[in-house]
Amino acid sequence: MSLRAIVRVEATPFDAARESARLTEGRTDIGALVTFTGLCRDEGGALAALEIEHYPGMAEAEIARVANEALGRWPLQGLLVLHRFGRIAPGEPIVLVAAASQHRHEAFAAASFLMDFMKTEAPFWKKQRLTGGDDAGWVAAKDEDEAAAGKWRS
Amino acid sequence: MKALYFAWVRERIGLAEEEIAPPPGVATIAELIDWLCARGEGYEAAFANKKAIRTALDRTHARHDAALGAAREIAFFPPMTGG
Repeated sequence: MSLRAIVRVEATPFDAARESARLTEGRTDIGALVTFTGLCRDEGGALAALEIEHYPGMAEAEIARVANEALGRWPLQGLLVLHRFGRIAPGEPIVLVAAASQHRHEAFAAASFLMDFMKTEAPFWKKQRLTGGDDAGWVAAKDEDEAAAGKWRS
Repeated sequence: MKALYFAWVRERIGLAEEEIAPPPGVATIAELIDWLCARGEGYEAAFANKKAIRTALDRTHARHDAALGAAREIAFFPPMTGG
């Protein structure tokens, strides 16, 4: 496996278009680029911000592990995964997955696979901060996210 | 070994990390959780629902029946909600 995924875990906001363009810059052999951007939504105006806690070191390692698994499963030409931590305001990006391949199926599948496992295996936790200043507590893990990840193993 | 706590596990225990020295009889993660529970109310509250506790040994996911072995770092946290 010669291709290495680009993995970054950082506090600062990113420009999804500029980041995903890194995969195709100067290339003429790529036929498909799938990008997924996860954004912080305001929950109908109730949410002031998300505070994302992470496990430094393990967060990067887990994303890299899942990314390497994706590289082993599909013939990709590029793979980039960014995940933020810290305080994130509504409208800001939280996560970006970009997958490049010759044909669309591999890029779609790899991006979906990455997101499903990032939800269940990467050590990040979201806390909701409300517009009134109250702490609405930790976001609970969803059973459907476990089920989505489990499908790739069946 | 170093113990790390995240999210509501951290809040209930009141610590982000600490050095712990479990006795030789504590061989698995499950046994370590029981040993930690005896340290006080915060630990008991954090580990009240053991099924909701995920663990990692030296930054790799591990199940509660895993042996501690020579691990230098153990982390306790709720199910993850990234992405």
